[in-house]
Amino acid sequence: MADLLRLDRVAAGYGEALVISGIDLTLGEGRALAVLGRNGTGKTTLLNTIVGVTRHRGGRIALGGQDITGLRPDRRAHAGIGWVPQERNIFKSLTVEENLTAVARPGAWTVERVYGLFPRLKERCRNLGNQLSGGEQQMLAVGRALVLNPRLLLLDEPTEGLAPIIIEELLAALKRIIRDEGMAAIVVEQHAQKILGVTDDAVILDRGAIVHAAPSRTLIDDPAPLEQHLGVTARKSPGRAAAH
Amino acid sequence: MSHASADSFVQSGIVARTLARRGRWRAPEILFWLAALASIWLLPDRHLILNEIAIIGLFAVSLDLILGYAGIVSLGHAAFFGLGAYTAGLIAKHFALDPLIGLVGAAATAAALGWVTSFLVLRGADLTRLMVTLGVALILAEVANQAAWLTGGADGLQGVIMPAILGRFEFDIFGTTAYVYSLAVTFVLFVIARRIVVSPFGLSLRAIRDNPLRARAVGIPVNARLIAVYTLAAAYAGVAGALLAQTTQFVSLDVIAFHRSADVLLVLVIGGTGYLYGGLVGAVVFKLLQDWLASITPQYWLFWIGLILIVLVLADRDRLTARLTAAWRARAPGPAGGAGPANGPHATPASGER
Repeated sequence: MADLLRLDRVAAGYGEALVISGIDLTLGEGRALAVLGRNGTGKTTLLNTIVGVTRHRGGRIALGGQDITGLRPDRRAHAGIGWVPQERNIFKSLTVEENLTAVARPGAWTVERVYGLFPRLKERCRNLGNQLSGGEQQMLAVGRALVLNPRLLLLDEPTEGLAPIIIEELLAALKRIIRDEGMAAIVVEQHAQKILGVTDDAVILDRGAIVHAAPSRTLIDDPAPLEQHLGVTARKSPGRAAAH
Repeated sequence: MSHASADSFVQSGIVARTLARRGRWRAPEILFWLAALASIWLLPDRHLILNEIAIIGLFAVSLDLILGYAGIVSLGHAAFFGLGAYTAGLIAKHFALDPLIGLVGAAATAAALGWVTSFLVLRGADLTRLMVTLGVALILAEVANQAAWLTGGADGLQGVIMPAILGRFEFDIFGTTAYVYSLAVTFVLFVIARRIVVSPFGLSLRAIRDNPLRARAVGIPVNARLIAVYTLAAAYAGVAGALLAQTTQFVSLDVIAFHRSADVLLVLVIGGTGYLYGGLVGAVVFKLLQDWLASITPQYWLFWIGLILIVLVLADRDRLTARLTAAWRARAPGPAGGAGPANGPHATPASGER
């Protein structure tokens, strides 16, 4: 399968601080990758580097064979990167619908389809961004990334701080986007058990470097690497069994 | 993507419906403009001050485009106003062309200056922008002062004789032609600005104002948008300056002075930012207040203006406006929220899980 995203020896950080280094990563079309790791291991920095909002210190990033290392974030977005940041960062003075229409680009994902995926957003379409609950904000952040019609979706801790029922709703939507629609995605998540059922592969980061890479199924069947690097056990979830 | 396909996309589905809904004229707006139109006949003795209000209103709309929508603070917006005034004055003085051509010339020169200086305001945040815009205006004021051979320097530009508009409508001493002319130009440019701010371009400006870094990461070309709106606002300010030059047939260094930049900022503080009408309403209140206070207390009118400014800021005009509007809506019959903006201050906060 052709590589959609390729990172070669990528190093990046903020200001003078180097956070990640020597990152080699490839992601095929339609594949989903979980990026796992403890707090402060560089997971968010890795996503931010792909988006282009960190200080690049070395290496090369290619999307669909095109070198995007030197591109500005807006050009990378146009090249096909949709980003759902950790803080969601909804534009608070815009309504739900305006948040979507302000960035919408032609393609399969329309505002209408986003409403189909997240009916709550349609109900809230005239509410301002800062009048949404945390879960609704996360749905809007995902929807905003989708209407860009990206080739690659980057999600940074999408379930963080959400109520369990909202997490289930969101994970179901992500499964639909990734499994049914075949959209390539990288999902950063601290809680492996939540996301391994959705992704195909996983990498574990520690101190800014990839220390383990394996198919998600392997990690669920044999969670020893998770216990070693994250200090947690990945429980087999019924959802995952259904997914496979 | 070709322009045609982009346009067809923008016009399709929810995007088009959103734009149509946002662009719909509401009853208060129609009433506002009808009142402005009616004032031509109802207030025949006040055309001179009404002309000033229309010009300041347009100037404030121009500042609102960059401050209220893109979040660019400026203390030097008079640079564009002044350049437009001098351009229109010089065109009239040396070429005796139709005032409308003077407007186009003023818009072009001001836009050119806006485009050049826009690269300066891209850097830094609020304080940097304040200083840069102030600096540009001060430099331009000094250039105008020193270039007396062209501008008349401290004596002002003499000998400006304005031809009739379209060769038919002569300017009169009562200010009637001037007011109708200024009002018409302000209305046309307002309609264009209104269309722009509800377009995806306008929405993206507000996204940039909310969070420029995030806006860039979701595909909005932040610098290009800021340059575009700054240039557009400069053109608007240039037209406002040109209107003043044409309707008063005189241009002096006063058009480019610091107080003009401060005044227009004050107008927006009074009227509110980010909805275009703030500039127009603020201009009405500011000029009428100024006129009234100057007549009852000629020495101390600035004191009262300053006091009102402090009270407005401390009392939080937006909160006061929200309460007044909520009270008005509570009394008004019909479905709530029908006439107001979708993102008005009293949209019901979401409930549910956090």
